[in-house]
Amino acid sequence: MGLYEDLGGAAAVDAAVDIFYRKVLKDDRINRFFASVDMAKQAAKQKMFLTMAFGGPNNYTGLDMRKGHAHLVKRGLNDSHFDAVVEDLGATLKELKVPDHLIAKVAAIAETTRNDVLGK
Amino acid sequence: MPRVIFRGSTYEAGGQSVLDCLTDQGHAVPSACRAGVCQSCLMRAVRGAVPEQAQRGMTPTMVARNLFLACQCFPTQDLEVALADDVIQRIEAKVAAIETLSDEIRAVHIRPTAPFEYRAGQFVRLFMDPRTSRNYSLASVPLLDDDLMMHVRRVPGGQVSGWIFNRMKPGDTVTISEAFGDCFYVPGRSEQNLLLLGTGCGLAPLFGIVRDALNRGHRGRIHLYHGSRDACGLYLVEKLAGLAAMHPSLRYRPCISEGPSADGFWAGTPLQVALDENPDLSGWRVYLCGNPQMVEAARMQTFLAGAGSSEIFADPFLPSGTASTSAPNLQ
Repeated sequence: MGLYEDLGGAAAVDAAVDIFYRKVLKDDRINRFFASVDMAKQAAKQKMFLTMAFGGPNNYTGLDMRKGHAHLVKRGLNDSHFDAVVEDLGATLKELKVPDHLIAKVAAIAETTRNDVLGK
Repeated sequence: MPRVIFRGSTYEAGGQSVLDCLTDQGHAVPSACRAGVCQSCLMRAVRGAVPEQAQRGMTPTMVARNLFLACQCFPTQDLEVALADDVIQRIEAKVAAIETLSDEIRAVHIRPTAPFEYRAGQFVRLFMDPRTSRNYSLASVPLLDDDLMMHVRRVPGGQVSGWIFNRMKPGDTVTISEAFGDCFYVPGRSEQNLLLLGTGCGLAPLFGIVRDALNRGHRGRIHLYHGSRDACGLYLVEKLAGLAAMHPSLRYRPCISEGPSADGFWAGTPLQVALDENPDLSGWRVYLCGNPQMVEAARMQTFLAGAGSSEIFADPFLPSGTASTSAPNLQ
């Protein structure tokens, strides 16, 4: 079984998405990057991100990541903000009682996007 | 073999998704993730059963409208489909009555000449002429009211509201669209608490949803907050207070956001008053309608207060009388 199935698949994404997005919006280190956009669209994006980070089906490419975040990089998005998002993601999974070794795997997948997200 | 019917043509599904089937045939269907997540490939089933998997992650109102994700839909029987926003039908209707709700607001009662399906809280487009129209939310309830009812605010210099206020009279024939929108009451989960926030004519759909929910025996609490700058902007106050007196589960708060408060009114925006009274919205279902800035702020604040992102309903159009950049055909 893959990571996505271990975590509980689409139902796990559904359970995590609101908790994660709420944490991000309440996180003063990063919420300015999320505050000004259409919330319904933003929730759908968070869902895509979680599906990808959980090892689930996705068609993300590095180029999509670069294009999608370029405007945020211009506004100062950097490593510290990326770290904060990964931290919020970990806290979300902890709250959902996901075992540590699976959280580490999710963090590792998220990590693979760092350079594309930050336009490095 | 199950078949897919689209725009009058019939195709063998051949074990493919509806999305692949139609794009292989050269039809342009919007799509992006192809993994059932982004909802770009949203379509509507006109006839036939939609497999459950194709509606996963959708709000109950979308399911009730037979919307589904084309990339996740592998038909098991013949399925006729349409793009979610395919051209809407137009219907003739008669103006049955025009009622004065306040100096600024009229209730227009309209009787369609053909059977008309809708849900309380949806909206229709009212055509002044073939090229000039506005969207109006329905304040009526199919099970309770004979006619469709819309609340129209007089907009200074407004073409359509000017027509309604100055020239429309009972007996006139008008053209309306079919009803659309995702902001309506869905029966089931009758213990769930409902929070409804509206400003101005945004009360119209909420008035419908509240009466629909009560009529269907909703058992959870129903809290309605209607706001305006001053008391003149509020309407149906006595009717709603009377309804609340009859139904202990219904709480009604007419809110005034500017100037001195008055007896029987609450001071603040409807969002402020609602969050003061209901700081924890975990498990609540939320309906938002009216001023777009209020709707976006309320979407965020009610979510942060615990309401689930798929339990917050607001239509991406503006009720009559508000300037719009997002809605077509709205001045």
